[in-house]
Amino acid sequence: MLTEFGKIFVFILVAIFFVTVSVFVAKLLRPSRPTYEKQLTYECGEDTIGSPWVQFNIRFYVVALIFLIFDVEIVLLIPWAYVYKTFGIGGYLVGAIFLILLGLGMAYEWRKGDLEWSRPPLPKLKVNKKKLFQIEKSE
Amino acid sequence: MTVYDIIFYLFALITVGSAFFVVTLRNIVYSAFFLLFTLFGVAGLFVLLSADFIAVVQLVIYVGAILVLLLFGVMLTHNITQVQIKTGTLQIIPSAIAVLILAFSLIKIFLNTNWKTVPLTVQSSSVEGLGVLLLNQYSVVFELIGILLLIALIGAASMARR
Repeated sequence: MLTEFGKIFVFILVAIFFVTVSVFVAKLLRPSRPTYEKQLTYECGEDTIGSPWVQFNIRFYVVALIFLIFDVEIVLLIPWAYVYKTFGIGGYLVGAIFLILLGLGMAYEWRKGDLEWSRPPLPKLKVNKKKLFQIEKSE
Repeated sequence: MTVYDIIFYLFALITVGSAFFVVTLRNIVYSAFFLLFTLFGVAGLFVLLSADFIAVVQLVIYVGAILVLLLFGVMLTHNITQVQIKTGTLQIIPSAIAVLILAFSLIKIFLNTNWKTVPLTVQSSSVEGLGVLLLNQYSVVFELIGILLLIALIGAASMARR
């Protein structure tokens, strides 16, 4: 088992080594002539406006919360799925009851609309127009 | 010093070093990202203890889900850039006493414990043993965990909806 994880460890080491070396060699080879335009944030060719530290939509949090609980359930199901065949019908039933309980939770979420993305209206983005105008003027 | 010792100290260094940055950095988002390395290092330590399932669970749940939840929690916070996190020292004397008591008891435990070490052997995966235990002795607990998760799911969703 340790040797299997050893392969992963070697893989991680090779990945770190590869990235470090290639970035370092590229830095040695490339010419470095930074301009203001080059150092701007690249966002699909659009000019960026405002700060990236905006308040996120609460939906992300709810989805992450649901994901966390289903994650724990999957972790518990993996050992069960590994051995349930050797236990016959009893082992099957234990897992089936567990899955039905999860299915109940899933049905509840679905029915209540927590899995829908567009239920609450999105708050409008607040852009300070005065400041924007000043920035445009100065350019 | 075997190669296992070197790997152990490497992971220990990752864990402790990034934990240090988690508590000292002033930007809460950077702290959350350093927590990723801390949890990853702990997963590595679990692997060295031959706890393969726990190590993978550590990665899947803590790194995969709880950290994402934490980051979303941070990003949901209003005016995140204006938050001032205090990392100074405030109550020196009480904290010094607490740290001394904790350090003393830890060192005492460290010295008094009879550390049992087993020679390194190549073990098979522990998932099968866990599955057998889950279906034999702990099948009731297994179902109870299912009910607990159901309650957590419904409770979390109904609280977050408000």
